[in-house]
Formats: sequence, structure tokens, C-alpha cells
Amino acid sequence: MSEFTNKNIWVFIETDQGKAKSVGLELLNPGRMLAEKSGEKLVAVVLGKDNGEAISQVRQFGPDEIISVEGAEYETYSFDAYTYAMTVLVEKYSPSAILIGATNNGRDFGPRLSCRLKTGLTADCTSLDYDEESKNVAWTRPAFGGNLMAVIMCPNTRPQIGTVRPGVFKKLPVEGAGEASVIKEAITVPADNIRTKLIESIREAAAGVLNLEDAEIIVSGGRGMGGPENFKILEDLAEVLKGAVGASRAAVDAGWIGHAHQVGQTGKTVGPKLYIACGISGAIQHLAGMSGSDCIVAINKDPEAPIFKAADYGIVGNLFEVLPVLTEEIKKLKA
Amino acid sequence: MNILVCIKQVPDTTEIKIDPVKHTLIREGVPSIVNPFDACALELAVRLKEKEGGKVTVISMGPAQAKNALKECLSVGADQAFLVTDRAFGGSDTLATSYILSKAIKAVEAKTNESMDVIFCGKQAIDGDTAQVGPEIAEHMDLPHVTLATGVEMTEGKLRVQRDTDEGHDVVEVSLPALVTVTKTPFDPRYPSIKSKMAANRAVITEITNSDPDMETKPEYLGLNGSPTKVKKTFTPDQSKNGVILKEETGAEAAVKLAAMLSDAKII
Repeated sequence: MSEFTNKNIWVFIETDQGKAKSVGLELLNPGRMLAEKSGEKLVAVVLGKDNGEAISQVRQFGPDEIISVEGAEYETYSFDAYTYAMTVLVEKYSPSAILIGATNNGRDFGPRLSCRLKTGLTADCTSLDYDEESKNVAWTRPAFGGNLMAVIMCPNTRPQIGTVRPGVFKKLPVEGAGEASVIKEAITVPADNIRTKLIESIREAAAGVLNLEDAEIIVSGGRGMGGPENFKILEDLAEVLKGAVGASRAAVDAGWIGHAHQVGQTGKTVGPKLYIACGISGAIQHLAGMSGSDCIVAINKDPEAPIFKAADYGIVGNLFEVLPVLTEEIKKLKA
Repeated sequence: MNILVCIKQVPDTTEIKIDPVKHTLIREGVPSIVNPFDACALELAVRLKEKEGGKVTVISMGPAQAKNALKECLSVGADQAFLVTDRAFGGSDTLATSYILSKAIKAVEAKTNESMDVIFCGKQAIDGDTAQVGPEIAEHMDLPHVTLATGVEMTEGKLRVQRDTDEGHDVVEVSLPALVTVTKTPFDPRYPSIKSKMAANRAVITEITNSDPDMETKPEYLGLNGSPTKVKKTFTPDQSKNGVILKEETGAEAAVKLAAMLSDAKII
């Protein structure tokens, strides 16, 4: 095994309009675990235009240090500015590992960075560990549409880099945190060196639709819903539970509900307190996106549906009979 | 306009089943297809060619069998195809694969005496799901890239790309040459005609091996040796929870029971 002088676990904090994106804060949780097991420091790296608010968010989750790079060129994401700044930081500080949230931008940035540094990148990880024997991060990720899990290591180069799926780890506030020192690094990227130009940015957060990743309760529908008109009964249940409506790929592909609602390997990964799967068979692609939920309820007329294996509570029955009564019962219990 | 599309032949992962006893993937009988995101990339490329004029070249790295996938591409609008194939490429991770493809693109440019204006890739292959090869090819070639495109158009000599973001979408402008990765487009890839299919079947697909005089690769960057990531083990996820399954006479009875159980467990 090669001996490295590289030290410290870095978590990249992506900012959006001055705020830290959730996934960066989530990753300070496994980042802390890796730092403790490797005896290294946990460092949050924040890139943005004005990082004051993001830094105070990050502090609650207990990094040992924060590196902040501020500048107008970091206000919106560009692979050129972000890769350049991060490469400068890596060359200066030599971290042993970098965790990047597997957001659309994170998965654009990660490969560019790792390729420039000629090191290994593991994509879209769903679990992380530290291998004491080899002193490598063990990155676990799904492949083949979630049918297979692979444990990947990067033994011969540093830093080890991985993108980690949002919603997999819980944000873990650290008591008494808030002392982390901030190192400000001035790194400027000339405008000419940024080869992509953002012309416009459209936000499509549908009105009244709760963000799936932030929802504590999700009521999801699949092929068994039979058609778009039947999603009303899911919305009714979601409403009494103050939850959001999700869907399986089958329902989205059929055009019954928008892609923003899709949960699964090719949709969103969610980890709510309660996930109610209605008329969803439980294909592995779907399970890959919701099996981290604290409690899973499955309602399906097919007793052999694989969703029941993943369920804490299941009802074998007709969802059109079950759901309206369930909604009424919960209303009574909440009254 | 010279457009190049990188495609991969993949097993149809929606058809993959797990052996219930051995907990391994059953690959027998699983059809091989053109990676669906690559098919979208090709469709976008062909539409761009139809609008701007030019030529679409497809390349794929893989075994001889991948020629079938390249022929499929020729039947739906690609003009020429190259297979990048060599035992020395086996076991490559994304860094090595993107290195090989970047050199192969240079080799295609040398052979055809053309330089590529736009390189398209699917956003990710459905077997590996890494989404890394596209941006890494761009980095090896020092080209700008845009990922997750759903549409492109030329505006005053530059390419405007509509790109999916976590919050909605962006329009990003990039000067050419550039690399663009494509996600599910709002339209489906076209179907071949009988005529185009027959012509594609007769087409000769040029192989580019590592000993090709136009392939300027260094051996230490190829295959397992050139791959910084190592697969330490694989396993099938265990989803079995042994939860409480209610099978009541009526749906209403089950619903009442479930509501009570969730309430007792303080879940709602």
C-alpha cells in the first residue's frame, strides 16, 4: 500500500442563492464518521458569492474547519470556475478525501475535478465507510439500475473523491458546535476562462407542491392508480398528513403525474419518516429511491408484490377501498 | 457541422433479475440495447445535423458485438461509425474509458481529416449509472462541456443548451468545439425504416484498436492499470423487513386497523 501525506476529509458545500444546499449539510454527518475513524479533521469547503449565511448553517453541523472561497464568479455554477478553485485548494491543502453532493451540478463538477487531478471518483454513493486495514474510504453505490451494489475504493491516488446521493444521510447537528475557524481563500477566475455562460435560469418549483426531499411524509402512487384522475385520493391523504405526493416511474412514464414527483433510481431519493406506497409493485429501481424511509407502508392488491418485503406495514387489498377510509380515520385521530 | 456521438451497448437493466438462491445478476437472455440516453443524444445530434447541415459520426468502445449497436445508430441517422476495441481497454474505469475515448476521437479526426464541432454523449449508461465519462472526455480534450441537455440550438455561432437543474432548467451558452451530455429528451428517438435498416446492416464499421497508428495512447493509462478506482466487492441489496401485513375482509377494515397501528406507533 502506498503511504500518503494527504490529510483531512473535505465536504464540498454547494450554495444556491447564498444558502448551503441540504446535501452538503447532510454529508458533514458521514464526513464526521470518516474523520473520526481516520483520525483526521473534517473540513467544509464553501464556494459562493457571499458565504456568510452558508457558513453559519455549516457551523451547526460541526466541521473542524471551514474553507471559504468568495467571488462573483462563484454565484452560479460553472464547471470552469468551480474546478479551477477546487484544484487550487487541493494542491495547497492535499485532502485525503472529498465528498460532493450528487446534485445535477455535483455530478457535473465531480468528474471534471477528479479527471484534472487524475484520481478516482465514485458516483452517486448511498453508503460510506472507512476501511481500517487499507486506510481507504469504502464507497458503496448501486449499479445495474439498483439491482447490484458495489463497494469501490481508490487505493493508489489521493484525494479519493465521491459524489453522494442527496437524502441518504440525515443532517446531524453537533451540540456545542459553532467554533469552527474560517479560512478565507482568495481565488479569482478571469471571466474569459469561464467557457460556459448562463443565459437564463428557470425555477420550476410547482406551486403548492412540497419538495419531495424535504417532506416528512410522502404518499406515492404507481401503476395500480389506474390513471391520472385517481391521484386525487392520494392528494387527499397527503393533505391530512401534511405530506407530499410521490410516484413510481411507471406512473410518471404513463404521463399521469410530472417527473418532479418521481421517486427511484432515475428519480429522487427520499428518506421521509413515513412513506406510503399505493399501487406500487416495488421494482428494485423504486426501492433504491425510498428504502431509507423510517417507516414504509405498502398498499397493493397483489400479495406477491415485492414492495411488501420492504414494508413495515402492508395492506393486501384494493387501494380505492383502503385510501378514502384511511384518510377519514387519520382525520379523526388528528382531530 | 461535424458531430460525434459516443454510444454504449448495455444490457437492458429493466429486464435484469436476481437469482434468488445465489443472489447474483442473471444476465442470460437479457437483451443488449443502445443505452437509452445515448439514443436521445443521437436523436439530438441528427436533428442538429438536419438543421445546420453536416455529418454525424458514432463511436463506441466495446467488444465486437457492439457493432450491432453502431449499426442501429446508422439506421436512425448516423452517417459513419467506428468501433473502439482492444483487449488492452478491458477493465477500464471511467477515467481510463474517457481517456481511451478522447484518444479515439482524435484518431477519428485524423482518419477523416475533420475536426469535431460538437461531441454528444448520453448523460449516463444505465448499467454503470456513473454519468462521469462525458465530462471526463471533455477534460481530457480540454473542451468545455454542458451536462443534462434536453435541447440544443445554434445561435450566432455558439451552441445554446437547455439543461436540467435540480430546481428547473438553465439555458447555457457554450462556444464550439464542446461536449454535451443528453438526458431524456421531450421527444422519442426516431425509428428506422426497412430501407435504412438494410443499408445499416450492410455498412462496414471501421475498428480502431490500440495499435492503430492514429491512437496515441500511453499504456499506463489503459485498462485496470489506468483505473484509480477498484471494485472491492459486489452484493445484492437485501430489502426484506418482515413487516406486519394485513389481509382483512374489506379494505375499510384494513384501513381502520392500519390507522390505529400507525397512531399507536406514534408514526402519525
